[in-house]
Amino acid sequence: MNRAIIKVEHLSKLYRLGATHNVHPTLREGLVGAFKAAFRRQNNGNNSKNKNIVWALKDVSFEVSRGEVIGIIGRNGAGKSTLLKILSRITDPTVGRIALYGRVGSLLEVGTGFHPELTGRENIFLNGVIMGMKRRELARKFDEIVAFADIHRFIDTPVKRYSSGMYVRLAFAVAAHLEPEILIVDEVLAVGDEIFQKKCLGKMATIANEGRTVLFVSHNMPAVINLCPRVILLDSGVVAQDGKASEVVSHYLHTGGAKLAHREWPNISTAPGDDVVRLRSISVIDEIEQVCQSIDIRKKVGIRFEYDVLEPGHRLVPTFNIAMESGAVVFWAGDRDPNWENTPRPKGRYTTIAWIPGNFLNAGTMILSVTISKVRPTHEHLYEQGVLSFEVLDRMGVDTARGNFHGHFAGAVRPLLPWQTQFVPKDEGSVEIDSTP
Amino acid sequence: MSRQVRILTRVLSSFLMTTSASDSPSLTPNSTNKTEPDRVPQFNLPDEPLVVIEPKKSWSAVGVHDFWVYRELLYFLTLRDIKVRYKQTLLGVLWVLLQPLLTTVVFTIFLGLLIRVPSEGTPYVLFVYVGLLPWTFFSAAVISSSNSLVNNAHLITKVYFPRSLIPVSAVIGRLLDLAIAFLVLVCLMAYYHVAVTWAILLLPVLVALMTLLAVGLGMVTSAMNVKYRDVGVLIPVLLQLLMYASPVVYPASLVPARWQRLYGLNPLVGLLGSFRSAALGAQIDWSALAWSGATTAVLLVGAAFLFRRMEAHFADFV
Repeated sequence: MNRAIIKVEHLSKLYRLGATHNVHPTLREGLVGAFKAAFRRQNNGNNSKNKNIVWALKDVSFEVSRGEVIGIIGRNGAGKSTLLKILSRITDPTVGRIALYGRVGSLLEVGTGFHPELTGRENIFLNGVIMGMKRRELARKFDEIVAFADIHRFIDTPVKRYSSGMYVRLAFAVAAHLEPEILIVDEVLAVGDEIFQKKCLGKMATIANEGRTVLFVSHNMPAVINLCPRVILLDSGVVAQDGKASEVVSHYLHTGGAKLAHREWPNISTAPGDDVVRLRSISVIDEIEQVCQSIDIRKKVGIRFEYDVLEPGHRLVPTFNIAMESGAVVFWAGDRDPNWENTPRPKGRYTTIAWIPGNFLNAGTMILSVTISKVRPTHEHLYEQGVLSFEVLDRMGVDTARGNFHGHFAGAVRPLLPWQTQFVPKDEGSVEIDSTP
Repeated sequence: MSRQVRILTRVLSSFLMTTSASDSPSLTPNSTNKTEPDRVPQFNLPDEPLVVIEPKKSWSAVGVHDFWVYRELLYFLTLRDIKVRYKQTLLGVLWVLLQPLLTTVVFTIFLGLLIRVPSEGTPYVLFVYVGLLPWTFFSAAVISSSNSLVNNAHLITKVYFPRSLIPVSAVIGRLLDLAIAFLVLVCLMAYYHVAVTWAILLLPVLVALMTLLAVGLGMVTSAMNVKYRDVGVLIPVLLQLLMYASPVVYPASLVPARWQRLYGLNPLVGLLGSFRSAALGAQIDWSALAWSGATTAVLLVGAAFLFRRMEAHFADFV
């Protein structure tokens, strides 16, 4: 009944590493390069050619029906961004073809083209027109946009004086009023506070309900599962899986193998964080502090952060949350180590472990997100969503909450509670019974 | 200040017809003004795709059609450039007057009074201002245009629109400066009692030609600048040389006869010379102007093809 609104056929994109690594070559280097290339071709033909090329996408084909909301997931470098860039016509494919049967609006970031010197009002029009809206359309929706962003009083203030929250709200408000038939969204929900993120997710759900087609690229697995019935998993430039969201996401988290219980960033300049603090590794560990993909439900689980403080004097708090596959957050926790709480930290390498007690989490796949924030003043230095996943293995027996029960064990947590029962035999008689009126 | 800019912009844009007459060219339209809905609910998918994304196969040129389809974006990009330029400076619009005026003073003192460069019978102040006015426009237009793609990298990597809008809007934005600086020329002409002739009607045509020439050069240099950042440094230097190879501060007649042919290859010789002649009511060298028109056309077409060829990779390099 639904014809395809997007048809992607055998799409491939080739990048030459020489060109992408050296982002701004000089004219001299360009000339030398051209000379060398010509020389090389004469000497040894194709031999050295293959080293410098990378297929960011290889023979990717899929179709999207009208009104579908599709999540696109995959590790960094899997080709997600390249696919988005080609779909949004920012860069051309090397091979293949995409046919689009509707107007495309792409939201690779919010606030594209915002200029700090211009006022909120001016930026609404500039940004809207850049994203493909008509001026008349913008004039009509202007009040609605301002109301959504909740910035009435500051509409004629240059946006450079806005708080970061106001800036993001305004930017998203414009984007949210884009009304293309196909909407391409990339990670825009990674910005803003939690309330605003909820508002954004709600808006996206509305867009989807209106029968528009949405392609949603994200690392935020809970959001992907909530929003997208169908998910495409990209791996090294090819479509690894395409199917029901919950299946594809859990496949994605499982196939990471042991790697997903531990991640590290050997290169400090690309590690998550900023000039104050950078996360160097994050691991899920067992009671003997070994990296561990699957944990016995009875045993305690440690979350180990390794991070470098690069600028002294900040009161830093590592925090994390555990979410279930459904996306529901089981809990949040922040570092309460009395030695460091509210204490400005000197420069250096820190290792922080938080222990989650055994017999507490329910069985299943758990998804870990971590942050390192600062208090007084509050600032989030890094936020790695869905950075790791691990498995809590179900057990039966006397030392489990399950005991000998065989069935489905519902709940966000599965604590082994101390149960107590007091017993008074009936025929011995009891004072309490008589005392009741 | 911004009100002034808005009024001037309105005048300018109606002159350029970058927007249709029904759209009032203002960044702050009345938001309560209800117009007919733009979005028609579409329940049936078209049989043919609206857009097909494929690898670029053959040579093609930047189409004029794009500028019409994206005229609103062109307008807002131009307006943004103008607003931001004046908001960030202390003197704002005054700079547009000060720059040619100060250079005029310098050249008048050194070339006019000390070296006594011939000025074809007009006072040297007027002579040099009428040369510097279009030159300042041309050189500023080429410089902003050549840096425009690099300065708008954040747009190029995030959203699609015809890339040629960026260098073109950078050139158009400089037309406002020209219009403001032109008022000084009017004052100077009135002061020196220059008789206005019919030839003055040629000025808009000459400005249009210079705009097209700047667009052609701007498109080529901005595209090259994306890949090779040297170009951005090189352009101001080359323009400085070009100024002395054009009749800006001296008359073309000063060039020895045996060099005239080579000198005349520079399209600016015809354009700047005619601008001066048209303003001051002198004889116009039509053959030089024809050559300028022809080279501008060739350059523009070449630039359109070259730009289309290079634009596919902008997002990968910028």
